[in-house]
Amino acid sequence: MVRKQYKKGKVVGVNGNMVSVRYETTVIQNEVAYVLTGNCRLKGEVIRVRGEEADLQIFEDTRDIKIGDGVEFSGELLSLQLGPGLLTKVFDGLQNPLPKLAEQAGFFLQRGLYLDPLDREQQWAFTPQVQVGAVVSAGDAVGTVPEGLFQHRIMVPFAWPGTWQVVWIAPTSYLTVDNVVARLSNGREERQMTMVQSWPVKIPIDAYRKKHLPVDPLVTQIRVIDTFFPVAKGGTFCVPGPFGAGKTVLQHSLSRYSEVDVVIMAACGERAGEVVEVLTEFPELEDPRTGRSLMDRTIIICNTSSMPVAARETSIYTSVTLAEYYRQMGLHVLLLADSTSRWAQALREMSGRLEEIPGEEAFPAYLETRIAGFYERAGLVELNDASFGSITIGGAVSPAGGNFEEPVTQGTLKVVGGFLGLSRDRANARRYPAINPLDSWSKYHPVVPSQKVRRARTVLQQGNDINQMMKVVGEEGTPVEDFTLFLKSEFLDSVYLQQNSFDAIDAACSAERQNYLFEKVLGVIEGQFDLASHGEARSFFQNLRQLFIDWHYTPWDSGEFRAAESRIDELLAAKRRS
Amino acid sequence: MKKFYHHIVQISGNVITVLAPNVPYYSLAEVVSDQGTSLAQVIRLDGDRVSLQVFAGSRGIATDSRVRFLGHPMRVSASANLLGRVFNGSGEPRDAGPPLSDNQIEIGGPSVNPSRRIVPRNMIRTGLPMIDLFNTLVESQKLPIFSSAGEPYNDLLARIAMQAEVDLILVGGMGLKYDDYLFFHQTLEKHGALSRSILFIHTASDPVVECLLVPDMALAVAEHFAVNENKRVLVLLTDMTNFCDAMKEIAITMEQIPSNRGYPGDLYSQLASRYEKAVDFEGAGSITVLAVTTMPGDDVTHPVPDNTGYITEGQFYLKQGRIEPFGSLSRLKQQVNDATRSDHRALMDTMIRLYADFREAQEKRAMGFRVSEWDTKLLKYGDLFEARMMDLSVNIPLEKALDLGWTTLAECFEPAETGIKSDLIAQYWPKAQ
Ligand SMILES: Nc1ncnc2c1ncn2[C@@H]1O[C@H](COP(=O)(O)OP(=O)(O)OP(=O)(O)O)[C@@H](O)[C@H]1O
Ligand SMILES: [Mg+2]
Repeated sequence: MVRKQYKKGKVVGVNGNMVSVRYETTVIQNEVAYVLTGNCRLKGEVIRVRGEEADLQIFEDTRDIKIGDGVEFSGELLSLQLGPGLLTKVFDGLQNPLPKLAEQAGFFLQRGLYLDPLDREQQWAFTPQVQVGAVVSAGDAVGTVPEGLFQHRIMVPFAWPGTWQVVWIAPTSYLTVDNVVARLSNGREERQMTMVQSWPVKIPIDAYRKKHLPVDPLVTQIRVIDTFFPVAKGGTFCVPGPFGAGKTVLQHSLSRYSEVDVVIMAACGERAGEVVEVLTEFPELEDPRTGRSLMDRTIIICNTSSMPVAARETSIYTSVTLAEYYRQMGLHVLLLADSTSRWAQALREMSGRLEEIPGEEAFPAYLETRIAGFYERAGLVELNDASFGSITIGGAVSPAGGNFEEPVTQGTLKVVGGFLGLSRDRANARRYPAINPLDSWSKYHPVVPSQKVRRARTVLQQGNDINQMMKVVGEEGTPVEDFTLFLKSEFLDSVYLQQNSFDAIDAACSAERQNYLFEKVLGVIEGQFDLASHGEARSFFQNLRQLFIDWHYTPWDSGEFRAAESRIDELLAAKRRS
Repeated sequence: MKKFYHHIVQISGNVITVLAPNVPYYSLAEVVSDQGTSLAQVIRLDGDRVSLQVFAGSRGIATDSRVRFLGHPMRVSASANLLGRVFNGSGEPRDAGPPLSDNQIEIGGPSVNPSRRIVPRNMIRTGLPMIDLFNTLVESQKLPIFSSAGEPYNDLLARIAMQAEVDLILVGGMGLKYDDYLFFHQTLEKHGALSRSILFIHTASDPVVECLLVPDMALAVAEHFAVNENKRVLVLLTDMTNFCDAMKEIAITMEQIPSNRGYPGDLYSQLASRYEKAVDFEGAGSITVLAVTTMPGDDVTHPVPDNTGYITEGQFYLKQGRIEPFGSLSRLKQQVNDATRSDHRALMDTMIRLYADFREAQEKRAMGFRVSEWDTKLLKYGDLFEARMMDLSVNIPLEKALDLGWTTLAECFEPAETGIKSDLIAQYWPKAQ
């Protein structure tokens, strides 16, 4: 390859990770530039231009940079390399493969070391899908290569405008990502395409026919979500909650058990240890839908809290761009971002250094637009070949002080379709997942009939009201009828809303099982029982809860399952009012 | 770079600005004034204007004081010679020993590549049921003690440190009362642990900038011993709230826009870059970080405990001389408590849930309601729980604590009232005599 021609500049100021540069010719907003210091080449991005100076945010520690150090401007926006071989990988926010960095640099990250995200040597079995003479446009597949579970579509680069005619197409053969797979002509020029294309992270990929309204449920196998606060394929939801309330555990459950094709996990400014758990466990876990390792459908973007802050800001865009790429192949992608608040904080840190006029809690005024822009990249789309692909985005939010009245939570609530609010009280009482059943909401359709869900929610609401009342009048001042209703809502909570994420069986509850279980639970909370006293009512529901919990730990439709169910039925029959 | 620069054009807070060419960002300088010599660090470059944060503060610095640039960032000596020694935040001896300069390493180095981390796997036993049973401490964990001002947090910190099986103890004291410094020193000495300890101490009367350096100094030395000498290192940091307040003070004098109650917007990232140094290295040693975070106004939503809680792997909540069951959390407990004993997890969850119910019953009683039969059971249970599990004077191994848990449940409840899986009940529920 010919060495690139860079535009030049010189460092004139350093403040934290912001470097001011006097440039020589021209600069482009958001273009990538490198500061040359000592024997390092530190990557950065232009974030502001004023007069003859451009301000760069550097994706690395800026120590040792001097006034007068050279700068190279690349002329390209910050972009990803898109091609086969991205699945199963672990990248940092700038798409550097972390395990390969470790091979070169050992235990610690080394600044200025950037590696190719794709394996350039690997041979892929290319199968053409179009013939010479075919007319194609951006996003159309000219061929496929098998990548793990999928036929990875080799697509006309998303940035190529207009229609193109296939002049030459590679035959069925083993090729590397850099081999030419097709030559296309638009009548004026002829271009070669390989398996790799590059795409700027901050611009949504729009090579599809149109967006549709998300309707089909995305089954997560988490009861409280699928039944009460469902998620749709192509929808968006957020999970705000104070520290320790269970956002990460919930996201990990979602990444394991959700019925989707591809999962992208963005570990954005959170603990490195949490990513390591996923990295260690996923390769060993089997995805029951495919019989393959869970890692085969997963990409991890890992820019944890002690990694450079500017790259944290980028990591969110990196994740969603990868999601869009796989969506273009007609796949259903789930993107989980933990935590979007850390991304917002990265914006705030940079805004502070730019000395912009701050908004609420010193977040920049454009915070809400940025949040909206991110979630807008979700959706269900109809592709050029009439197949469908989707991106579902679930973002954790970490509000300061656990108070949802803060800019990031509020900005997020305006744009998402589902709100799964975690509550400190429920977490303290170990009622996991600690999703608050009274405040949370979703605009999507549940996996059980929604009219039945409304009935169950009424019981929860009534139970809560009675509980409040009991705090005033005491248990003895509450009629047995009311007290029983309260116990029913507690029962519903403990055997349906609560779910043990760490039990191999209870952790995942299929849509079928949810329907079956929900019917049974509804039978209890709407049933009439002979319960003469408060004490009798309490002990009846305690016993019932015990039997249901045992039932949860039995495999679906097994002998144990039926045995446990018949014990429940016996107890119910004994007390049911005739 | 032996040249001196004299042209100081601005002095504000602890920051001075001097005109000088060719200075590396983040490097050190010596500032010599009538008050003596102090180290300073480059925190901003703007053309030839170099802003420096002066470790000893700017008091007494004159516009023509001498500044000499050292050309490298802050370093600390890391070798076996440090064992048993006490230093200040700038790395100068606080004790009678000689200054050290062998094996100088940079502080605040790069973070560990996440793909080289391993899942923590070793429990650290403390003999406290509230920790071992309910909030198990794990090697390489980062975990603060959340505490209000008057609580015995340093005693708890020292007690855990003395009981823990580690090779090396690093104490980082920030804004420490002199008495507390003496307490740590004496405790280490009394237990014969001083020879495997290194102390970096900033006391309340020392310059504020030095406070900021303490965690980085301690953690850099810890990293050296963990990576190069395969040591299991325990780092004690007390009190991280003083560290945050030092950061706040400096941010305000530098006219940064505060985000929340005066704290700078990067408080989270600053804390994270320290706490994330806790790690277990494959094929080498480990770093465990136990910190103290005092909560101003006993308010857990205050920015310091709040940001800390979002970073660390749980917290011990110290209240009225006890570790509170609510709010206390070890997020790594599930990495180890499946291998301790088969009843550990279920017992832990159940006992806490029942204790929560006890609190409600207690409230009811306080409000003068008649207590039901169930409440009576809960009230009995709660008292036993507090005496047997929460009292800090209890010192028993985990297995004993688990047995005691079952005994307590059996003294108060019927098996079905606990909601524990039936097979565990069959195995562990004490048989009636
Ligand atoms: N579903 C669950 N079942 C059992 N325990 C849980 C569950 N969810 C959370 N926990 C417990 O709570 C701890 C904290 O959960 P988690 O790490 O998910 O919190 P978080 O909301 O992500 O906190 P932070 O904002 O600080 O990252 C876990 O380590 C675990 O002990
Ligand atoms: Mg989390």
